[in-house]
Amino acid sequence: MDYAIVVALEMVRAVAWLVLLAAGLAIIFGMMRVINFAHGEFLMLGGYTVVVSTGAGVNEWVAILLLAPLVVGLFGVVVERLVIRQLYGRMLDSLLATWGLSMLMIGGVTLIFGNTVQGVATPFGGVRIGTYQMPIYNFVLIFFAAAILLAVWAVLKFTRAGLIARATMQNPNMAETLGIRTTLVYMATFGIGSAVTGLAGGLLAPVTGVVPAMGASLVGQSFITVITGGAAVITGTLSSATILGTISQGTTFWAGPVYGDAALLVVALILLRILPQGITGRIFKRAL
Amino acid sequence: MPEPLLQTVALHGGYGGKPVLQGVDIAVNEGEIVAIIGRNGVGKSTLMKTLIGLLPSQSGSVRVRGQPVDGLSAHRRARLGIGYVPQGRDVFPRMTVLENLLVGQSISGRTLEGKLAEVHHHFPILRERAGQRAGTLSGGQQQQLAIGRVLMGGPSLVLLDEPSEGIQPNIVQSIARIMVDLNAKSGLGVVFVEQNIDMIRAMAQRCYVMDKGRITAALTRADLDDQDRIRSYLSV
Ligand SMILES: Nc1ncnc2c1ncn2[C@@H]1O[C@H](COP(=O)(O)OP(=O)(O)OP(=O)(O)O)[C@@H](O)[C@H]1O
Ligand SMILES: [Mg+2]
Repeated sequence: MDYAIVVALEMVRAVAWLVLLAAGLAIIFGMMRVINFAHGEFLMLGGYTVVVSTGAGVNEWVAILLLAPLVVGLFGVVVERLVIRQLYGRMLDSLLATWGLSMLMIGGVTLIFGNTVQGVATPFGGVRIGTYQMPIYNFVLIFFAAAILLAVWAVLKFTRAGLIARATMQNPNMAETLGIRTTLVYMATFGIGSAVTGLAGGLLAPVTGVVPAMGASLVGQSFITVITGGAAVITGTLSSATILGTISQGTTFWAGPVYGDAALLVVALILLRILPQGITGRIFKRAL
Repeated sequence: MPEPLLQTVALHGGYGGKPVLQGVDIAVNEGEIVAIIGRNGVGKSTLMKTLIGLLPSQSGSVRVRGQPVDGLSAHRRARLGIGYVPQGRDVFPRMTVLENLLVGQSISGRTLEGKLAEVHHHFPILRERAGQRAGTLSGGQQQQLAIGRVLMGGPSLVLLDEPSEGIQPNIVQSIARIMVDLNAKSGLGVVFVEQNIDMIRAMAQRCYVMDKGRITAALTRADLDDQDRIRSYLSV
């Protein structure tokens, strides 16, 4: 019984993990059809923001929930203005440019902070479930994964800004002729997507530790989740994270983490074989 | 003599390396309904897109109340009070009818009191289908939505590109009647591209004929009664 609860909770945590890794990328891809190849480094930047600011005595929660999204969000706005804006509609070029950016960021951060792993204290301790022990921080991750999806959904669905963002996403030219300044919408979207990524990077830092090259090990899962989900930001991220997270975590319990990672890849490949546009390309097409 | 509401001077435009407009001169005054007619592929839609700013002026200029707007992007031209209804409607397919209408408020940048009721009054179907996804509407309903959407922003001029295309005759009639009505009551200016003779005759106060990227004739209301002449401009 206890074991079943632990397995179930671990599966939910795995789903939350993928949601956190993918949400910011999904916002930017879903709304703008731009693939941010530096996504992993945006996560890393969120992590370093937490390391640096807690090192300077800032409260850890303030660092994770406020500073990490703020710093990475602003960084995203600058990147959008200087790089992405020049390359709209040229997916390959923006891919290359953001790939270059990722190199630059890794190099820059290594130069400043060195190539060592910096730990961030994991807040809270553990909770006992029968004979098992689970970090309370897992519930924090689950909570914020849910909160991020819920917040994005509510903004898109119920606010004027969300209405304008959806119109721009569906037909930018038409939106523009209806008086919408689409360049501003794109800048804001990229900034918000980056901020969400920064928040995720901050939240994950206590678990992963922080090192300049950490992006490379996280970006794969982010991309697989987004591509498998398809263009609908919320339904896509949630459905693919749920499928991939439960199956890979289930396999991990059954056969070990190496097989878990392999299962994630295999399931994603099969899904993309059946649904080349991602889950929301065929099913849930009309969803947000 | 006040400046025309909308005017083009020796306007050239097109797509990248492909010139389409070869020096277009038109002038539309406040409160006029003017048709632009011509055969398929002569550049009517290109002109409309260049007027609203989806395509750049390659030379010559577009002026709104005498001011050149060639340097302004489409959203800033819209904010001068110009509503654009493209050929093919371009409603936002995955948004509801009501949401589509609310997007149109961006033309004025604010919520205009009573506009929604006014649009619903002209197009009752948009109230009935308020919660329905726009992509599932019929062509005629989408056309009414696209027109209602720009009216939400209270424009002083509406650009309509082939409003009758692919639409049942009774809806064509009712759209023509509503535009004439709005023009008479509130002085709404209309520039519309059209090939449907009934709609041209039902709406237009005067008419430009376009061929090969140029204006080749300007017709008065009286000329429009000569159906054979109109037909000759439209058919190959
Ligand atoms: N996106 C585009 N890129 C390149 N050329 C285009 C494009 N759209 C239209 N054209 C060309 O420009 C010319 C004018 O097209 P336009 O759409 O303005 O004609 P039109 O008068 O509106 O015709 P119709 O009555 O069929 O709508 C045509 O030769 C057309 O093939
Ligand atoms: Mg046309």
